[in-house]
Amino acid sequence: MRTILFIIQKEFLQIFRNKQMLPIIFVMPIIQLFVLVHAANFEIRSIRLDVNDMDRSQASQLLQQKLVAGDLFRIVNTSATAMEGRRSLAEAHADVALVIPHNFERELREGKNPVVQVSVDALNGFAAGVSQSYIAALVQEFNAEYLAAIAAAPRGGGQAAAIDLSSSFWYNRTMEYDIFMAPGILVVLITMIGLFLAGMNIVKEKESGTIEQLNVTPINRVQFIAGKLLPFWLLALGELSFGMVFVKLVFDVPFLGSIALVFAAAAIYLVVILSLGLLISTVTETQQQAMFIAWFIMVIFILMSGMFTPIESMPDWAQSISRGNPVAYLIEIIRRVLLKGAAAGDIAQQLWVLSGMAGGVLLLAGLRQRKSTA
Amino acid sequence: MAENAKVITADKLTKRFGAFTAVDAISFEVGAGEIFGFLGANGAGKTTAMRMLTGLLKPTSGRAGVAGYDVFTQSENIKRRIGYMSQRFSLYEDLTVYENVRFYGAVYGLRSETLRAKIKAVLEELDLTHARNTLLAELPLGWKQRLAFSTALIHDPAIVFLDEPTGGVDPITRRQFWEMIYEQAERGTTIFVTTHYMDEAEYCDRVSIMVDGRIAALDTPRGLKQTFQAETMDDVFVRLVRGPKSSVEAGG
Repeated sequence: MRTILFIIQKEFLQIFRNKQMLPIIFVMPIIQLFVLVHAANFEIRSIRLDVNDMDRSQASQLLQQKLVAGDLFRIVNTSATAMEGRRSLAEAHADVALVIPHNFERELREGKNPVVQVSVDALNGFAAGVSQSYIAALVQEFNAEYLAAIAAAPRGGGQAAAIDLSSSFWYNRTMEYDIFMAPGILVVLITMIGLFLAGMNIVKEKESGTIEQLNVTPINRVQFIAGKLLPFWLLALGELSFGMVFVKLVFDVPFLGSIALVFAAAAIYLVVILSLGLLISTVTETQQQAMFIAWFIMVIFILMSGMFTPIESMPDWAQSISRGNPVAYLIEIIRRVLLKGAAAGDIAQQLWVLSGMAGGVLLLAGLRQRKSTA
Repeated sequence: MAENAKVITADKLTKRFGAFTAVDAISFEVGAGEIFGFLGANGAGKTTAMRMLTGLLKPTSGRAGVAGYDVFTQSENIKRRIGYMSQRFSLYEDLTVYENVRFYGAVYGLRSETLRAKIKAVLEELDLTHARNTLLAELPLGWKQRLAFSTALIHDPAIVFLDEPTGGVDPITRRQFWEMIYEQAERGTTIFVTTHYMDEAEYCDRVSIMVDGRIAALDTPRGLKQTFQAETMDDVFVRLVRGPKSSVEAGG
């Protein structure tokens, strides 16, 4: 135990004496939180609309007004033909082309469900999905209002077309993406500390040759691993505290659930990441090699974590890979605890999986960590 | 000297890396308090042999004992009783003199009182007390080497292994270094040292010269010079290394 404390002391002395590293550890998180939370953002702020109104009736005008009533849609062009609308899309002058058919008003009054054609530029699939569902919602809303307005709707035929819309608003009207993104960025932050700094630290000792000196001392495997990983475990948890205060103050992220639970989950998660860093250090000889491997793993972890794209919309094989991705679990845990107020019982399954990974990877790294070479 | 109890014994100790035999069945014994010089050209297998004796490398075959423990099965016991100063500089450049000594002392399990006294003694002996809070990176190489030596001895090991300890330092520092080695040997510590400098070989009680993974000669410096009818150890070395069979194999 005493040996471990002395190793930890040595590591902290070295970390805090490193003039290049300090800013990276403390400034990086602020920049990441500020920049990434705002930049890594899918919020749809403005959708450009091309309208081809073939009906030119009171109802078609009302529909257009309905669409632009919010700040989201903006009519950038009024086409005379369907062709023109399509060109607008092709040339990227508009994001959505809307065609209101002839007899729109008449069919509506007669309860015949006129068909409004909506073409969406789906190059950005995510934005397209959002646009499409907004329009659908607004059209239905218009539908209901219009039918209600003309109380003299004939024999309930029109009423059948009025579908309940409230359920369509699961896309979050206000779209406060920073609140959704912040937990993910926090995870990325502590992952970088764990994966890069810890792994690099051991490889650095290999490069400078000091590891030889440690290997001829009576330091045993457990002392070495604990002494090497605990400083970064503490550092990453410190960084998490810092990040939590930051997202609360700056983004006003709601803390609905237990903060202790978030830290408990992060503590387990960090064992997985730090062990992975240790594992990388056992298979590499230079910091450069370690950096490349860590980077490779990091990119896959983050892209497949559900942070940017929902895991549910990935293909099956990718979903199976995501089940082995610790980043995905922690992001899910933090989102659910902070934003939805989940309790330990609600995220028990994720906690168990993370604990299992922690034990497994630590064991693997521990077995590979040797004082002597064959 | 050599007639004392044997603290290092090697019997047909061998290390193979794939098809390459780095150390080929070497056998020798080192007595307590002896200064044992371990010579050889680059790539002759010196460092490999030393790494096996210090428990850093698993031997392929043969037998070896250090401080009464078996190299194959008791390397952790060996580690408590040996000091090691590697060829590559082994202290932390970004720690101060004091922090380095304290760290290694603590790692060897010295308790607070002993540790404090030890650190004080080491710093005084090296005349580094005034520089205790200096970062190691700022010390001249000669001082670093002497500090590394003292640090390797902080836990009073029975044997200390020095792998080319005087590489790259000036002649005066080398002399000071060897004075430290002598002092330590007089206190009863066994010194196992590899070197490239033939004048240093003269300072050793006995010298072994490795050629192509084998021990080609082992005797006192005087005995070697007689055997090979050479004026200096330099001549002995050249004659052995450029011996009849080994043409250019020494590299690597």
